[in-house]
Amino acid sequence: MSETRRLIFDRLKAALGGIADKKPLPDYPADVALSLGAREPGDPVARFGQNLEAVGGRAFTDPAALGAWLKERGATRGYCDPALVSWLTTALGDGLTLESTLARERIDDYQFGITRARGAVAETGSLILDDATTSRRLGALAPWIHVAVVTPERILPDVGSAIAALGDDPNVIFCTGPSKTADVEGILIEGVHGPGEQVALIHLFGAP
Amino acid sequence: MSQRGEPFDRFAAAQSESRRSAVRLGSKAGHEKRTEVLFRDYVDPDSLRRLAGEIKQHTLDHLDLYLERAQARLEANGAQVHFAADAEEACRTVLEILKSRGAKRVVKTKSMATEEIELGAFLERHGVESLETDLGEFIVQLDADKPSHIVKPIMHKDRREVARTFEGHGLGAYDDTPEVITRRAREHLRRKYLEADAGITGANFISAESGRLVLVTNEGNSRFCLAATRCHIALVGIEKLVPRDRDLGLFLNLLGRSATGQALSVYTEFISGPRGAAQPDGPEAMHVIFLDAGRSEILAGDAREILRCIRCGACLNVCPVYRQASGHAYRGVYSGPVGAVLTPLLAGEHFPEFADLPRASSLCGACNEVCPVDIPIPDLLLRLRDRGKRAGVKPAGAAPSMKSFARLASRPAAWRRALRAGRLLGLIPGPLRPRALRVWGANHVLPPWRGGAFRAWMAERKRKQP
Repeated sequence: MSETRRLIFDRLKAALGGIADKKPLPDYPADVALSLGAREPGDPVARFGQNLEAVGGRAFTDPAALGAWLKERGATRGYCDPALVSWLTTALGDGLTLESTLARERIDDYQFGITRARGAVAETGSLILDDATTSRRLGALAPWIHVAVVTPERILPDVGSAIAALGDDPNVIFCTGPSKTADVEGILIEGVHGPGEQVALIHLFGAP
Repeated sequence: MSQRGEPFDRFAAAQSESRRSAVRLGSKAGHEKRTEVLFRDYVDPDSLRRLAGEIKQHTLDHLDLYLERAQARLEANGAQVHFAADAEEACRTVLEILKSRGAKRVVKTKSMATEEIELGAFLERHGVESLETDLGEFIVQLDADKPSHIVKPIMHKDRREVARTFEGHGLGAYDDTPEVITRRAREHLRRKYLEADAGITGANFISAESGRLVLVTNEGNSRFCLAATRCHIALVGIEKLVPRDRDLGLFLNLLGRSATGQALSVYTEFISGPRGAAQPDGPEAMHVIFLDAGRSEILAGDAREILRCIRCGACLNVCPVYRQASGHAYRGVYSGPVGAVLTPLLAGEHFPEFADLPRASSLCGACNEVCPVDIPIPDLLLRLRDRGKRAGVKPAGAAPSMKSFARLASRPAAWRRALRAGRLLGLIPGPLRPRALRVWGANHVLPPWRGGAFRAWMAERKRKQP
């Protein structure tokens, strides 16, 4: 194995040795790829909600309204991050069953999954999930409806600042709307492998 | 179908009208969406393309340095790093990792690098069930077909063809509604993820600074592979590096918009190692295999700029030749303008077999204009044409030589006769025409002959004006 490594590095050094004018790393401002929309002044929380809806997701600020919406869709049983169960059991209202464990063998029994998001990106309407905050990767992915609870002060203005804040969590995910495909004749279909409904509950839920 | 002429032209000509039309419409729509979104979001998207090109070129010019750095970071993050000099070694490395874990079933995400080394077929031959999970790639696998587009693998198929495939593979009765097709794939594949022993992915980028692999999908299949399985194997071309995390912002903004007209693809994953301590789901082991397979040789040559490519497919969508010919005419994993450069280069000693690809271009320059990393593709095509010529590759059925044209055009009497003969030529049935024209004409259509009109007009004018 290390022999292959040596071989590849020898080839690279030989190839690069022949290049006379190696390009320097260009310097550029941090906001170089900031989109025009994100340059307009505005409240990141409101912007996040609008942009999430623009990519086919939904934003709620009132847990009771979210509970009513879930029931309206017949989604009454789902997985919920254990840390949120006691708060949401009351806050979402009656008629919902929140399971604090997720069993792989009956993955399709969960009509929704509620997890926490580390944060969000206003510019793109993305939710930021990671291994430390999101209790189960599968819980945020397999059910048809994913609800991510995000606190307003963790909503970052743009993609650049979200990347600057990646930190050292080994698995940081930007989820920008429901899972989608346009593979068949370019027709947009939502809910391919992941959620068909991507929902944010923007709420100061009192967690640290 | 004609057996004459360049291989590219024969493939293109053999294409059915329905496929040609599917590819034309799909690529045109992709290009229009890209342009709309880029110019909606940026005052000067061209400056971003040039900047991204400079960053990539810098990375390539110092690839040994960045590769070393990325390896060190990945290992510090708890990932195991391997190197593969060629396709065979890459396949063997994957197999060894799987064997060491007793893994029998793997789920795969769409990855050009794994296509390149034909990993799926290799694993199947060695008793490992390997399943594509991207909807398009899943259908390609069911059909034992090849992807015809870098981003949209089944652009050449219509819904009826897909519905017949699903029916034939026991995935429900015939139904060509795209939504039904998608739901059936969802149900079928989610069981497969949960049963799989390992997930195999590529990577869109790796930051040398943090060792973060960036994976981009819209369907969420990559996320599912890495939520359901215990082992993550990423096969990554050595050219996929970028220097720093902050560079990822620029590249992701350009990739989503260039590929599918999205500001950001739905699932953008930043992965630096095995799952976190508190996380019950996902891989406990992560392996990254850096693949050379011809890349260092390309780096040593005069077409090295092609290694900047971030596989967005924008050059395919805009290319008038791709739109007519579709991806299969390029006979490789990479199609369109980028394929016309990359496929012959990656072929190594088999370069002459693909020397027709760089010639299958009008050199209109549109590919360069849309390229998010500003690759001078037309220049590279010319360099490869030159290389083909030096290697002594003779174009099959090229246009009649310019030498005879020059002889005619410099002799007025001969020219006059040729004009008359030209009119006659139009009346001669194809098979009776001179050989040179016959071969060239097998895949070309000439407009009706209009030669001599100017001379007639001139003569008339002279007669009227004393």
